[in-house]
Amino acid sequence: MRTLKLMISSLALLSLLLTTTAVMSADEKAEPAAKPAPKSKVSAANVFNRLLKKEKVKNAPPAQDGIHDPANDNTHVLQPPMIAYEGLPTTEFGNYVDWVKALNDGLLNPRYDRFDPTVEPLVMDLDIVREVKASVPDVVFPHKPHTQWLHCSNCHPKIFIPQRNANVINMSAILLGQKCGVCHGKVSFPITTKSCKMCHSKPKPDDWKPPKSEATLQNPWR
Amino acid sequence: MIVTNREEGSMYKSALIGILSMIAVLLVPQMAKAEYADVVINNYADAAGMRPAVFPHWYHRIRFRCKVCHADLGFKFKAGGNQITMAKIIDGQFCGACHNGEISWSVENCGMCHSGVPGTPTLIHGSTVQRLVAPTYKSMDAPSDQKK
Repeated sequence: MRTLKLMISSLALLSLLLTTTAVMSADEKAEPAAKPAPKSKVSAANVFNRLLKKEKVKNAPPAQDGIHDPANDNTHVLQPPMIAYEGLPTTEFGNYVDWVKALNDGLLNPRYDRFDPTVEPLVMDLDIVREVKASVPDVVFPHKPHTQWLHCSNCHPKIFIPQRNANVINMSAILLGQKCGVCHGKVSFPITTKSCKMCHSKPKPDDWKPPKSEATLQNPWR
Repeated sequence: MIVTNREEGSMYKSALIGILSMIAVLLVPQMAKAEYADVVINNYADAAGMRPAVFPHWYHRIRFRCKVCHADLGFKFKAGGNQITMAKIIDGQFCGACHNGEISWSVENCGMCHSGVPGTPTLIHGSTVQRLVAPTYKSMDAPSDQKK
C-alpha cells in the first residue's frame, strides 16, 4: 500500500514536471509575440494510436486479471500463470508460451487419456500444402503438431472435409471463427501480424506473379 | 523569464490536470487482462446467485491434451455452448468426468470454478471473433432479451 502511494505521488510529480516544462518551452517560443491568441478548443479525439489497445500486464495473476473476483477467497488459491510458465519456450502472442515446442522438447507431457498417463497419442505426420491466390506465402498445414494435441474426430469431417480441394478457406472465415478459426484466435495461437508466417510458411516459386484482376485485364489504357 | 499572472494560472491548471489524469488512469478499472483463452461461463450462474465459472485453458492444457475434453468428454468448441449444469457435473459429465475427487478435486470447492466477477457475460478471453464481431458472446439458447 505504502509503495503504491509512493508510486502514485512520484508519477504525479513526474507529470507535474513534464507539464511545467512543456508550458515553459511554449512560453519561451511565444515570447516575441505581444500576447498569444487565446487557444481555440481542439477535439480531444486526436490522440495517438486511438485504436491500438495494448495489453499492459502480461499473464496477470487471477486476482488482478479482471475476470476473477478478488472478493472470492478461492481466487487467491488459484495458480498464477507465470509460475506455471517458468522455463517454457516463449512466443509473442496468445499465452506468450510456445506450447508445441514445449511438448516437442519434452518440457510438458499432458495426458492423452483421462486416466492412463502412458497412452501415446495417435500422431500423423502429413503436411498439406494449400496454394494461396494472393501474394502471401502458401500455407503448409502440418498434421503432426495438431494430432499430438487433438484427435482426428475433432476436425474431421465436421470442420474440414478430409478430401483434397473440398474445403474453401479464407482469412475472413478464419477471423470470424470458422475453419482454422475454431481454435486459432481463441485457444491456439491467435491471428496477428506476428503469427502470419506460422501458417503462411512456404515461399512462392521465384517466377510467381500475382494474378491480374479482371478490372486490370479489361482496362483499355493498360 | 517573465511570466504573467494569467500564464502562471494556466501552468498550475495544466499541472493540476496532469496530476488528476495520472490519478484517474491509476484508479479507473483497467480492461480485463486475463490469460488468453480463459473462458467465463455464465449461462445459468448469475441467475442462480453464483459467481460465473472461469475455466483456465492454460492450466488444463499443461495436464491434458485437447483430445481428452474435446473428443472423449464431448466439450464443443464454443464458449457457453455445452449447457453445463451442476446436475450434469455430479452425474460425471463434462467437468465432473475429472472433478470427482479421483482425478482432481471434487465439486464441493465451489469457489475454485465459480470465481468470476458477478455479471461477466459468457466469453472466451482474447478471442479474435469477440473483438471483431460482437462485444460479448451470447449463450446458445438464451435470447438476449431474457437478461433483465
